[in-house]
Amino acid sequence: MFGKKRVAVVGAGLTLFRRNLKETGREMCYEAAKMALDSAGLTLKDIGSVAYGSAPDAFDGIHMKGENMTDSSGAWRKPFSRVYVGGGTGVFTADAGWWHVASGLFDTCLVVAEEKMSSCYPHPAYAFTTIFDPIMDRPHGTTLIWIFSLEMHRYMHVHGIKKEQIALVSVKNKRNALDHPCAQLGAKITVEDVLNSEIMCWPVQRLDISPTSDGAAAVVLASEDVAKKITDNPVWIDGVGWCIDSTYWTNRDLYYPDYVECAARMAYKMASIKNPPKEIDVAEPYDPFDYKELHHMEGLLLCKKGEAPKLTEEGVTQRDGDLPINPSGGLLGVGNPIAAAGLMKVCEIFWQLRGEAGKRQVPGDPRTGVAQAWGDLMQYGSVIVMRR
Amino acid sequence: MSAKIKKYAGEEVRSADMKEGKVPTVRYRPKARYVWSAGIAMSRFLTELKNGKIIASTCNECGRIMVPPRAFCEQCFKPTDGWTYVKDTGTVNTYSVSFIAGDASRIKEPIIVAVIDIDGASPGMGILHTIQEIDWKKVKFGMKVKAVWKPEKERTGAITDIKYFKPM
Repeated sequence: MFGKKRVAVVGAGLTLFRRNLKETGREMCYEAAKMALDSAGLTLKDIGSVAYGSAPDAFDGIHMKGENMTDSSGAWRKPFSRVYVGGGTGVFTADAGWWHVASGLFDTCLVVAEEKMSSCYPHPAYAFTTIFDPIMDRPHGTTLIWIFSLEMHRYMHVHGIKKEQIALVSVKNKRNALDHPCAQLGAKITVEDVLNSEIMCWPVQRLDISPTSDGAAAVVLASEDVAKKITDNPVWIDGVGWCIDSTYWTNRDLYYPDYVECAARMAYKMASIKNPPKEIDVAEPYDPFDYKELHHMEGLLLCKKGEAPKLTEEGVTQRDGDLPINPSGGLLGVGNPIAAAGLMKVCEIFWQLRGEAGKRQVPGDPRTGVAQAWGDLMQYGSVIVMRR
Repeated sequence: MSAKIKKYAGEEVRSADMKEGKVPTVRYRPKARYVWSAGIAMSRFLTELKNGKIIASTCNECGRIMVPPRAFCEQCFKPTDGWTYVKDTGTVNTYSVSFIAGDASRIKEPIIVAVIDIDGASPGMGILHTIQEIDWKKVKFGMKVKAVWKPEKERTGAITDIKYFKPM
């Protein structure tokens, strides 16, 4: 066992994900955190520490946003830390919560992730233009969608993948999201709808992309002895992993996320997983774009390089397939309040492994699940392995 | 608990109502401006661009010729050892075609964006730039391209001293 103590997830909470919520970031955090505590039958007095995550401050325009969110995250007079690794933040916040408890420092940790993207206008995408290198990238007017479309195209080129194959991911996830009570963009769409949608930055089209969203998510973590007192049904965090590649993104081959593989190997080693496709029953890889689900399935070693589109075509990744991928509906369907979207995936694995996912429940009594997020400058992977 | 929870918090509002002040809002516009020192390595790179040349830095330990140049090798974690000029030609490693601006608004003429692996640098050492003088539907992976420079008098020591790359 890694760490001093085994750590369990004992509660989870989520707000609606919407383009624009009336609630402030603080109010969203509170709602998610309170729901997580209530679901575990705990109060704030039972919490030892708080780990909070959110992605770029620029959306809120509140620099050092962590401090702004402390009270609402249940951190009043408690040890508090904010972690931040761009899009990878949501899953990494749970990883950070894990080490708070696994280290033996705290018996419990409240993990909260939040994003309010709607405050920035004319479009939240504009906040992303300030993440780029000011000398090499910004003078071109570089946008986030430019670099992701470059990555998608490279991935398609190296493996000879067609747009039609990638579009299946968007079709699947938006349909899955119809069963998620918090979803922003659940829909029945077809491959043709994706291929006929507005071209944003070729090969990326409107329906290849997740929306911008407001939302919050939370989980409660507890050490083994405490968890067993709280619930008969703990879900164990048996592996965590994270890794970052070079910030010189134009010096890397974008066809494969090596850093995700590195993070996955770290988590699998911890969880003693030797054969990921056989041993993992359900997965929630990060899917801000449809191609990213495929890219990340490969990085997570759930299939061979370039094989994810084929598995998708064969229906393996459907909710009732052999390896259900993003049964929640993912970012494409549930929405993408960045850090909250990553932690939503951890919530989903928690619910799936407890058999509490309702209409979204994958069949076959799943015992092992993995969630993953991706961020910074297409260079960061965070992974969590959970078991019943 | 997902299946047991009956109500999730969250009250949707329309973005248009926010912008028009139809719901209570507060506003702020930052007035900060930034000026960055280009630093030890990139100051040389920008000066060379002004001269119409692309310069790389080298590391004797891993043998890499690196563009963009850097003061230290991030892999060997030691100072780089020297400078060498590389060509202003390269190969299209990947490309995309943007129909939208930074604020997600539509633009009239699409921009061809590419990672261009620079000739004379180590394999895979690319930079981000744009391609012009070709229909976007005719761009190919592996295509050879060459820098089109601004006239000397118009150069300012910026990556945009290269106006764009064009097919060779």
